[in-house]
Amino acid sequence: MFRYRKIKSTALYALCVASVLLALIPLLLIFYRTLSFGFTALNLDFFTQLPKPVGESGGGLANAIVGTMILVGIGCCLSLPVGILSGIYLSEYGQNVFGTSVRFLTDVLSGVPSIVTGVVAYTLVVIPMKHFSAYAGGVALAILMIPTITRTTEEMMKTVPHSYREAALALGISEWKTTLRIILRTSLGGVVTGVMLAIARAAGETAPLLFTALNNRFWHTTLDQPIASLTVFIYNYGVSPFDDWIAQAWAGALVLMLMILLLSIAVRFATRKRYHEH
Amino acid sequence: MQKEISTISVQPTVAAVPVELASKREKISAHQVCAFFGQNQALKNISLSIPEHSVVAIIGPSGCGKSTFLRSVNRMHEMIPESRITGTLTLDGEDIYQMDAVQVRRRIGMVFQKPNPFPTMSIADNVSAGLRMNGMRDRRRIEEIVERSLRQAALWNEVKDSLFKGGMSLSGGQQQRLCIARALAVSPDVLLMDEPASALDPISTAKIEELMYELKKDYTIVIVTHNMQQAARVSDRTAFFYMGELIEYDGTKKIFTMPSKKQTEEYITGRFG
Repeated sequence: MFRYRKIKSTALYALCVASVLLALIPLLLIFYRTLSFGFTALNLDFFTQLPKPVGESGGGLANAIVGTMILVGIGCCLSLPVGILSGIYLSEYGQNVFGTSVRFLTDVLSGVPSIVTGVVAYTLVVIPMKHFSAYAGGVALAILMIPTITRTTEEMMKTVPHSYREAALALGISEWKTTLRIILRTSLGGVVTGVMLAIARAAGETAPLLFTALNNRFWHTTLDQPIASLTVFIYNYGVSPFDDWIAQAWAGALVLMLMILLLSIAVRFATRKRYHEH
Repeated sequence: MQKEISTISVQPTVAAVPVELASKREKISAHQVCAFFGQNQALKNISLSIPEHSVVAIIGPSGCGKSTFLRSVNRMHEMIPESRITGTLTLDGEDIYQMDAVQVRRRIGMVFQKPNPFPTMSIADNVSAGLRMNGMRDRRRIEEIVERSLRQAALWNEVKDSLFKGGMSLSGGQQQRLCIARALAVSPDVLLMDEPASALDPISTAKIEELMYELKKDYTIVIVTHNMQQAARVSDRTAFFYMGELIEYDGTKKIFTMPSKKQTEEYITGRFG
């Protein structure tokens, strides 16, 4: 009997490990391929130069790196307040029909194909403005980010034990301060994870940018103009017939991955658990 | 002859409430308090008076309304959806339900059954949380109050060198004293304790009980407890609740030696509950 249980336990453990390895294989393959192909095309010019005209070799994707940052930045400016405040609403006051419908619609929104959000941003921003712009791209990315941020904020705030809320209220701390400075603060680690997931997803999106931010082979001068982005460049260069463009697409993918990685590490460091609040 | 008999029959009641208590000013008074959760009535016409600078223990079997009564005093009860309260509760003669709930809670502090220090804060920040979040900025003053509160909670000597460590790094008993210090830091008049020692070991329990004895010099304490020995040890008066009703409320000594109600006697002798 004992042996039977032991065998079962070992078998299940082995199954778990095997599943983890299986899940890691594609990740490692992608990482290895991007590193080995992208690294060779990476040089200082890549970070400082504009793309060269067709036929000329060299150049870089400096405008696309900055463009991705700006697009994601605009997306964050729009989606962080909306997403976090909606999450707070759902977790603290959303136990009613309205809350349930918002929750349901948020889940539906997160399942909408990203190209559709591009169409929405096209209709909402591009058509009234009559041209493609960084704003339109930012709006498209924000629509993609909001559901993730809302739902993780809600879920994370719900994991904070009720006893902390009671402790704070019993100290004569007002309800909104309790929500922001105790509940949200306690769940900050989880909320940040959600925000990082949303940023990573938005930064890697191509489809919603195709007819909102479009693309730009030069430096943008204002935000109501088309703007370059790494993903659109990767897409355009990746399907091109030129070897050096394809190499630059790999380098762009590598840079994009590293940017997300660095941002993740930096944000985690800034919001790490600590007890010194002064 | 007539007169003598009546004197004798009245005597125990008078003697049971110590003179010093009888002369004390009334701090909290409940009059005909009923509490409801939706259709459920948790408290039925509770009327009692809690004198200043004393410890009042509330005992009774689970579900008898002890905690509900405690929570109706500092208006934590109303945080539960569909809860309702009728009757009057006063603090220093002022109607608690006419006051601002936040103000009530600053004057009536609470310590919970399970220690619940804020996990994102250091020991010092836990103690000063109530002050800081109500707008106190003066760093020196905050430090003074932190030290004073930790001393009052008999925790200072154990944590004075680790004030900036996390509140969760302490042991369970220390965490509970930290929570007491946190409640004291906002200078309440009254301290409500909801089974403050039920999650603690005997040594920590003894420390908390000792603390109550010290604290009643400056505060009025109401403690809910399942532990009848604890009620007998720490309190001046004891209220026995059963099925949402106040069965008996008298000097602790009297309740435990010669209760006037049969139900009280049966409960304290362990025959039910």
